[in-house]
Amino acid sequence: MIRVEDIHKSFGEHEVLKGISTVFEKGRTNLIIGASGSGKTVLLKCLLGLFHPEQGRIYYEDKSIQDMNDDEKRDLREHIGMLFQGGALFDSMTIEENVMFPLRMFTKKKRIEMLDRVNEVLARVNLENVNNKYPAEISGGMKKRVSIARAIVNQPKYLFCDEPNSGLDPNTATVIDNLIQEITKEYNITTVVVSHDMNSVMEIGENIVLLKNGVLVWEGSNEDIFKSNNKDVTDFVYSSDLFKKIREVQLKEG
Amino acid sequence: MIVVRALKDVGSYFLMLKRVFSGFTKGSILRELIFKEIDDLIIGSLGIVSFISFFVGGVIAIQTALNLENPLIPKSLIGFATRQSMILEFAPTFISIIMAGKMGSFITSSIGSMRVTEQIDALDVMGVNSLNYLVFPKVVALMFYPFVIALSMFLGIFGGFLAGVYGGFTSPGEFVTGLQDSFDPFHLTYAFIKTFIFAFILATVPSWQGYFMKGGALEVGKASTNSFVWTSVLIILANYIVTTLLLS
Repeated sequence: MIRVEDIHKSFGEHEVLKGISTVFEKGRTNLIIGASGSGKTVLLKCLLGLFHPEQGRIYYEDKSIQDMNDDEKRDLREHIGMLFQGGALFDSMTIEENVMFPLRMFTKKKRIEMLDRVNEVLARVNLENVNNKYPAEISGGMKKRVSIARAIVNQPKYLFCDEPNSGLDPNTATVIDNLIQEITKEYNITTVVVSHDMNSVMEIGENIVLLKNGVLVWEGSNEDIFKSNNKDVTDFVYSSDLFKKIREVQLKEG
Repeated sequence: MIVVRALKDVGSYFLMLKRVFSGFTKGSILRELIFKEIDDLIIGSLGIVSFISFFVGGVIAIQTALNLENPLIPKSLIGFATRQSMILEFAPTFISIIMAGKMGSFITSSIGSMRVTEQIDALDVMGVNSLNYLVFPKVVALMFYPFVIALSMFLGIFGGFLAGVYGGFTSPGEFVTGLQDSFDPFHLTYAFIKTFIFAFILATVPSWQGYFMKGGALEVGKASTNSFVWTSVLIILANYIVTTLLLS
């Protein structure tokens, strides 16, 4: 569980996060949504400790990240898996070396044990026969799956995903969404996904946080979001033509 | 404004150095990275360094010979001038400036590309000290850089010998006499002291340029150019300071 209390973050005179407070529950897929520039990625980077908020606190279980010393932060990060927007796979390493990296870095397992684990997680994300390929030799969707495999190989307690569907076709995007949700349940981890993709919201949004101009304006589940009359929610959800038409049909049918 | 920015940059460079030498990566991984960097930076530079040194040594010998019009000046001066030029300046300083272009832009573009594609963020999120992981192996690899410079000195003098002798400008005996004439071993010490300093500049300044760059692919190119300019400027300044301190 991750608890965020009154987070404020500015860049120069521009305040990007204006007092965000929320809880990201364990075993659930938590979505941070909002338009571009609403502060989603900044909030994610604050959660990861890459940005330091000027005010407020972030708790991992009961321990505030601000109170942790460098060793404690390093220990925490060993339990964090991250899926980056572009995959962020290491270009100079093969897929196998990429996925094995956290194990080599943080465990004392023998190579054969590490290899077994790598093959296990690659199979989990439905990838086979790619071990010796380089990231440049596989498709965007496969890169995302390798990135998920790398994120979960060391059995993290927390999984963060930054726009996991960007640049993917709708089918592959759905596969990635489902994979994130399945892994969240299977490993019982706290998953936080940053997205502005409405399909993701519908597919996996168990707990959704909507940001607007750095303020948390709404919180609820994917079922609640379509029932909500909150103007910020309807503005965001029905900003796409498809959802606008669905809304019109819903209203016509009463 | 420019002064403030320059001071900020200097501050961030020294803060980077502090992080490079702390939060060490696991030994077995670091060892692999060091060998990889030695291969990329040191072994990968031997070809171009050998080629340039050999021919520049030859040109120094020919130029010196062509300027010896007075019959009272001994032909051994060709060997003497080649040795002094190669050991004191060409091998340590000018090869380092060439390496600022080759190694420096390679270091900046590889680290810069990692920054652009979030690979550095991935390391940080995993709890790896990305500066130690990326820069420390380069610093260690470049501690072997004096071997490159020693090879450059040898090949330059050898090139000068071949050009001088087979070009008909001097005899082998006269050239070797010139090589041995007024030899001060401290000149070698001086050359290798400054080589170590240049090696440190070559490893860290391009790394700083790449690590702290912002933007996309175009900015990686700009950072590589800046890296070459600043590394060369610092090598020239360090050369002046070291020469003043050790030889004046």
